[in-house]
Amino acid sequence: MNVTRFPARAAGPAERVAGFLAHLRGNGMALGVQDCGLAVAALTHVRAQDIGEARLALKAVCSSCAEDFARFDDLFAAYWTNAGRERAGKAAGNDRQRSSQVSEQDGMAGAGRAERPDTDGLGEAEQDGIGRLVGSRVRNLMRVDLREVVAPADMAEAEAVAARLARAIRDRRSRRRIAARRGARLDVRRVVRGSLATGGEPLRLYAKRRPERPTRLVCLLDVSGSMAVYARVFLAFLKGLMTADAQTDAYLFHTRLVRITDALRDKDALRAVNRMSLLAQGFGGGTRIGGNLAAFNKSYAKRLVSGRSVVLILSDGFDTDPPAIIGAELARLKKRGCRIVWLNPLKGWQGYQPVAGAMAAALPHLDLFAAANTLESLAALEPELARL
Amino acid sequence: MAATGYVAADDLAMALHLSLMLGRPLLLEGAAGVGKTQVARTLAGLKDTRLIRLQCYEGLDASHAIYEWNYQKQLLAIRASEGSEDRVFSEAYLLERPLLAAIRQPVAPVLLIDEIDRADEEFEAYLLEILSDYQISIPELGTITAVTRPMVILTSNGTRDLSDALRRRCIYTYVDYPDRATEMAILRAHHPGLEAVLIGQIVGFVQSLRKEDLEKVPGVAETLDFAAALAGLGINDLTADPVALRAALVTLLKTQADRAAVPVEVAQRIAGKAA
Repeated sequence: MNVTRFPARAAGPAERVAGFLAHLRGNGMALGVQDCGLAVAALTHVRAQDIGEARLALKAVCSSCAEDFARFDDLFAAYWTNAGRERAGKAAGNDRQRSSQVSEQDGMAGAGRAERPDTDGLGEAEQDGIGRLVGSRVRNLMRVDLREVVAPADMAEAEAVAARLARAIRDRRSRRRIAARRGARLDVRRVVRGSLATGGEPLRLYAKRRPERPTRLVCLLDVSGSMAVYARVFLAFLKGLMTADAQTDAYLFHTRLVRITDALRDKDALRAVNRMSLLAQGFGGGTRIGGNLAAFNKSYAKRLVSGRSVVLILSDGFDTDPPAIIGAELARLKKRGCRIVWLNPLKGWQGYQPVAGAMAAALPHLDLFAAANTLESLAALEPELARL
Repeated sequence: MAATGYVAADDLAMALHLSLMLGRPLLLEGAAGVGKTQVARTLAGLKDTRLIRLQCYEGLDASHAIYEWNYQKQLLAIRASEGSEDRVFSEAYLLERPLLAAIRQPVAPVLLIDEIDRADEEFEAYLLEILSDYQISIPELGTITAVTRPMVILTSNGTRDLSDALRRRCIYTYVDYPDRATEMAILRAHHPGLEAVLIGQIVGFVQSLRKEDLEKVPGVAETLDFAAALAGLGINDLTADPVALRAALVTLLKTQADRAAVPVEVAQRIAGKAA
């Protein structure tokens, strides 16, 4: 959390409130100039001497989403009561942020954490699923830098393959035509019926068209130690999928689940990679597939997975959680009506049998189980995915 | 508000107060069944004014939310060859929809825009004009400015992220599941006939049920239904009759998986702990 110094020489309440809003802005809340006026106006309607009332009033005015709302009290206390003398390192304590529900579940949050020189500034970067660049001041010790993981040449090819796949999955049009305001064809039946009311003059023209039924792609990429050699090509693959379609969602998991949609979508390639490496702490550690799927089901899947989704899991199926969990969680995910595709790099190996406990438990719930060890095998998926 | 049987947390009360004072819309977010919609109803009752409700859904467009011309009437008028263009596009042929109705009331109404997250983003953008200027422009008729400013309450379940522009214009509050004391107060306000012991049991039961791993967590509305069901079954003690408890559980658990996750024994154990 950024801590703003309390302006000791600030003249009046208005200036102090302005300072407070700057402090909130510094901590990532989106506040405009107008909000400052609104905040002062709000304070005139309550007993501003009472700190509790002032806090509630400013909270209602300044926060604009559930995350802001949850951490507002800490930010408020940091500015008004500590007078900036203490570092308010409480950011790690606001457990209510959506993304942190996910990270909460694992006690051993990856390898990167122990080497952290300054846990204070980094709490935020860790919690924040969208990966703001707050943590860049921290030394990059012992963390795998994804700049080395993603090589430009492979990346381009993997992206091209992915873009083709994404199109194959996405392009779904309904066969039927429905009435629509604008459409390629006239809906003659309705035009004639409508003309009866106007004495046989076809005054209103109805149209029809084939409605789009776009498929939503959700990707879950395993970046545990056993998958490390494939990580770079898969990341590029994900990036290709993302650029092909604005609706695609992507997540990394190792010992915990991180949403990387926004980071991957960053137009600035270098910054995207930077953000990714912040998110990928614990990259190359152990895997908890079952636990992560449970976390996914509990948080993101509720909002983002529906009957028109395809969930793409890229993993080798070596799970440290008991296999029963993965079976149950896949069954639950399946209940949302989505189709599940599991791409396993090991499947391309000769003589591979899905005997690992987790993989065996997962198999009955999969719509497609395919190899993904080379770019060719990925490209070969196109007709299969189109059929799903 | 307490007088009308709505028990509000401090956050909510303050947000509502400010939204009335500053004339800003109030955006309520929170899980389903925590009483977001009820806020608007209570407010309308309290101010003794009309509640105009716009239920949002996917594909909601301007003609359903704002205004529509009465085409049939217009055609009839043309047929009877009494209508010139001016006359046909006049007030008499205008059908009011909730948003237009809301700004044309002589007494400021409460406008409830329910589940705004279900409407499309285009509609959200359209709403911005109305919420900031309180005026609606109809091309054929000109701009209609608000007679009175409605008290606007928006609710959202978070199925989709709302745009920042909309969030910025609103006073925001997040409505969470109430704590034990608050929920007991809510229950007392709605079911004054229940015994204090039973109220404690019910609230304890529901609160520990929320901690279980459920697909659909029961909200306050479900608690009230549950209490009503128990009252209807004539139960005075949750632990006394497992069969009746099982029967009353239909008001709390709304999916098949949840029912399977809480068999009678578990329900009894929770009930026993709550007592």
